[in-house]
Amino acid sequence: MLRFALRRVGLMVPVLLGLSLLLFMWVRALPGDPARALLGERATPEGLARVTEAYGFDRPLWEQYVTYLGALLQGDFGNSIKTGQPVVSSFADRFPATVELGLSALLFAVLLGVPLGYLAARHQGRWLDTLAVSGSLLGVVTPVFFLAILLKLVFADTLHWLPTVGRQDARIDATHITNFYILDGVLTGEYDAAWDAAVHLVLPALALGTIPLAIIVRITRASVAEVLHEDYVRTAEAKGLAARTISRRHVLRNAMLPVATTIGLQAGLLFSGAVLTETVFGINGVGQYLFTAISQRDYPVLQGYILFIAVIYSLINLLVDLSYGLIDPRVRTP
Amino acid sequence: MSTPSNTPLALVVEADGAPGVSLWRGAAHRLLRSPVALLGAAIVLAFVVVAAIAPLLTPYEPGSTQWAGEVSTSSVPGPSDDHLLGLDRFGSDMWTQMVFGARQSLIYGVLSTAVGLTVGAALGALAGGFGALGGRVGRWIDTAVMRLVDIMLSVPSLLLAVSIAAILGQNAYAVIIAIGAAQVPIFARLLRGSMLGQGRAEYVVAAGALGIRKRRIVVSHILPNSVGPTIVQATLNLATAIIEVAALSFLGLGTADPAVAEWGRMLVAAQDRFDAAPRLALLPGTAIAVTALGFTLIGEALREALDPRTRR
Repeated sequence: MLRFALRRVGLMVPVLLGLSLLLFMWVRALPGDPARALLGERATPEGLARVTEAYGFDRPLWEQYVTYLGALLQGDFGNSIKTGQPVVSSFADRFPATVELGLSALLFAVLLGVPLGYLAARHQGRWLDTLAVSGSLLGVVTPVFFLAILLKLVFADTLHWLPTVGRQDARIDATHITNFYILDGVLTGEYDAAWDAAVHLVLPALALGTIPLAIIVRITRASVAEVLHEDYVRTAEAKGLAARTISRRHVLRNAMLPVATTIGLQAGLLFSGAVLTETVFGINGVGQYLFTAISQRDYPVLQGYILFIAVIYSLINLLVDLSYGLIDPRVRTP
Repeated sequence: MSTPSNTPLALVVEADGAPGVSLWRGAAHRLLRSPVALLGAAIVLAFVVVAAIAPLLTPYEPGSTQWAGEVSTSSVPGPSDDHLLGLDRFGSDMWTQMVFGARQSLIYGVLSTAVGLTVGAALGALAGGFGALGGRVGRWIDTAVMRLVDIMLSVPSLLLAVSIAAILGQNAYAVIIAIGAAQVPIFARLLRGSMLGQGRAEYVVAAGALGIRKRRIVVSHILPNSVGPTIVQATLNLATAIIEVAALSFLGLGTADPAVAEWGRMLVAAQDRFDAAPRLALLPGTAIAVTALGFTLIGEALREALDPRTRR
């Protein structure tokens, strides 16, 4: 198991190195002088000279890359052109908001999707199945931002059932320790603040979780349907095992393998969707900041954030692979 | 990205295309009897026709704001004799924007998927072909190509598209290349996977035993029998591409030209007029979803029709 894990971690290194090289080339691939591209149209000669000096644009490319990589390894991802804030700290400030959103979306998708997919497979061809299948089809084709806008306009702006924007009511003077607002509220005993943060998350989590929900329903349904036809399930039935034991020990356990992988793969979807969802709901997370950085052409921020997200994304996929190895011993042997 | 469609599809197709029930003819037959496929085809056909004859469907030009005087912050005129779907918030004819938006989505969706499919399939065939050939060089080429694909896969697809669009600037090519590039790793992995899977099939072993050269086996046996899942994926990707084109516009990375009608941008503009005219958001949003649904239905039906397990 350890060797499997080490080999898998080893595979991440060339991928991340390659990505850092691509991101390094990216700013140099921008049309014109890279210093001017970084500073934008209002660049002064002094500013240009300063940026050229700071980034070493006048030195050979390989030397620039080595410097860049060295800085990355020391945790220096550069500073934002617009705010001057270090990229690392701006990411660390906003990351909890995105994780909170992503986890609640995933929780919603898994808690609803797995039972729904299971029931659909058990009642194939019945109304519940039809509803689950057509509903999940609809969920997959509805754009995240359209759903987000609709939810916001209907439930927040028109019906006023839920808050429109932000992570917490501005009038609440909450103490923040971890920047996970719900967790902070619980830790400090400010339960009204935690509740308010949770209420703010409902609509964004619904919007972001719908596509993963649809995918999980479909995969669970297909996987359970396949396992139900397996010989060992028939054997279990023939030897008179209780229906509940068969469902739990034989069907669910074996059907969960592809579902677990799918849940892991949703991470990428959640990051992409977070850019759109956070923008619509004004959540000050990684996604919204990325959107601001795009519109302001803030390249150091874009470079750094994409690299961070790739690292996190790779780590999540690594965890998925490792958990796969835990669940299914066959994967461990090369 | 894992797809359950890596199963060998073409076990029935005889080597060298000897007569028999051909895989594709059988699939076409099953498709024509599938209600899901027909519904999908009807949606896609309607969409393509509207996109093709857009100028004939409306007397107005897209992006023309000649009725701007009739629109205020609190009221946007609804459907009337002159304007089938009313006006939008800039004072353009909504119906005109919708039909020209269909044209835009179709062109961008098809072209970007074509870019992704061409490059991705070329990389996949390269890796899969050399991987199936084996030998030191073959395995090395396979590994090198797949590492490149892994790097692309390490960034979530919309972010990949966003980064590329950010370099290339706000123009039509940028959107097409960005969304196409984001699809490259999907096609590359899929085609390589099914080629390597086919490499172990019995007919390949048989062809080898007959003394057919390895290179010929790869090109004329393995490759043609491996394209099924890739074609299915391309159909499904058309749906994703249309949604992502809208998403890029939504993020402000689409074309900046106001004379171009685009569903994603229409959605952005509609947000602060929802009280006065919810149709401004509902129409383009629904159009994107329904179009994506059409391509998805066809893709799913095609997958089922090509799956040997469902062939009776």
